[in-house]
Amino acid sequence: MEIIRLNESEDRDFIERVSRESGQAVENCYQCGKCTAGCPVAFAYDLMPHQVMRMVQMGLKEEVLRCQSIWLCASCVTCTVRCPRNIDVAMVMDTLRIMARRKGMVPPGRGRNVALFNNNFLGSIQKYGRLFEFATMAMFNLKTGQPFREASTGLTMLRRGKLKLSVTKPRGLEEINRIFEKVRQAEKEV
Amino acid sequence: MKFAYYPGCSLETSGKEYDLSTRAVSKHLGIELTEVPDWSCCGATAGHSTSHLLALALPARNLALAEKTGLDVTAPCAACYQRLALACHELNHNPQLREKVNEITERPFHGKIKVISILEVISSVGLEQIRAQVVKPLKGLKIAAYYGCLLVRPRAIQIDDTENPQIIEQIMQAAGAEPVDWPHKTECCGASLAVSNEEVAIPMVSRILKAAALSGANCLVCACPLCHFNLDMRQLKVNRLQGTNYHLPVFYFTQLLGVAMGLNPQDLSLHTHFVDTGQVLKLVG
Ligand code: SF4
Ligand code: SF4
Repeated sequence: MEIIRLNESEDRDFIERVSRESGQAVENCYQCGKCTAGCPVAFAYDLMPHQVMRMVQMGLKEEVLRCQSIWLCASCVTCTVRCPRNIDVAMVMDTLRIMARRKGMVPPGRGRNVALFNNNFLGSIQKYGRLFEFATMAMFNLKTGQPFREASTGLTMLRRGKLKLSVTKPRGLEEINRIFEKVRQAEKEV
Repeated sequence: MKFAYYPGCSLETSGKEYDLSTRAVSKHLGIELTEVPDWSCCGATAGHSTSHLLALALPARNLALAEKTGLDVTAPCAACYQRLALACHELNHNPQLREKVNEITERPFHGKIKVISILEVISSVGLEQIRAQVVKPLKGLKIAAYYGCLLVRPRAIQIDDTENPQIIEQIMQAAGAEPVDWPHKTECCGASLAVSNEEVAIPMVSRILKAAALSGANCLVCACPLCHFNLDMRQLKVNRLQGTNYHLPVFYFTQLLGVAMGLNPQDLSLHTHFVDTGQVLKLVG
């Protein structure tokens, strides 16, 4: 077991920042563990959801932002609807993921591919306005060094008309590009 | 009944059965769908994992376009439904934020329309009405209704009870099928992790298939293209990797409703699934 030392270097206002950005009263968590008990991905986590909450409370910023769990969270929102303290735990997970990304932290372990997938997905939207499944998958495979992953599935889909080699673009492409730019701009200002 | 229709990206490709069957069934039930002109992607999980503002702006553009049609908007895809409905909820409850987002999209959304899931649209026709349209009752079909997470969570936009929803069961019962009791109907299938971390998603899929099989169901019924692809395509992988032998066709509720109403099987795209549907559909005769 890793021993965590609470010393001066801990980020005291981390809890305040997470609370503000997520809109959740993180300090209200009383560690009942219900979020963890119902989490369908907990078996693959390095930090359990209730531990994430506790570490936010303790200001252990680095430890929380470099865990895999915040990336593996499937956003199923089970924790949120079951939390007896009415904390939107899924929103806290989202917020931590966004914070880690903003800090330019490299997602560890299994988190790496999640981040890669998300980036590819958003890249497709910015470029085509819609998800171009075929190109997004091909790009993901290339970037993860497994170019022929799911090739037979892809072929079956193609034969059954469930995969398209082109994408129907909406007319407002420039408009969508501008949305991405403006969001980026607005977020720089906060 | 008239609605604006937001198909979403996957209904054009991997979820095309859902698009075809939704359009066919709606038409048959007298529901008129007008596709949202020039719609774009809702951002899905990648959006809200990356930026809260982006996760509002991308749906907001579509809400504004839908609003121009003057109709409430329906999205068959559970993920699109959740994204559009949550954005709508948040923009309506926070005028300041709405102003900020409208400034970003340059397409003002005024909050004058509602976002409604296709399950709610179809059940609003009335169970009696649906029953009256059934020409081929789904006798012999024991269905495990699978909701996944997106339709029943979070609370602000849930279409039914988060732990024990009934809306799919009610519609399927009206069509003559027999729903089974089972514990995994709102358990997450891990679709959002399936591409990036398949080894995490596989046990999640497997748990759901196991629960459905143990309950005596002979098929699964869903209302989400992501769940569908994950449970249908990955069922073969679960069998291969875990030495199981599940054969549980995964249907969209609109497909089975179409079968019950005697619609042309081609229009319902019953032949494009990974797990063959023929054997189970024979039970219906
Ligand atoms: S369910 Fe809520 S109160 Fe209980 S440990 Fe999780 S976050 Fe804390
Ligand atoms: S939202 Fe994330 S943390 Fe919460 S139960 Fe689902 S997977 Fe677990």
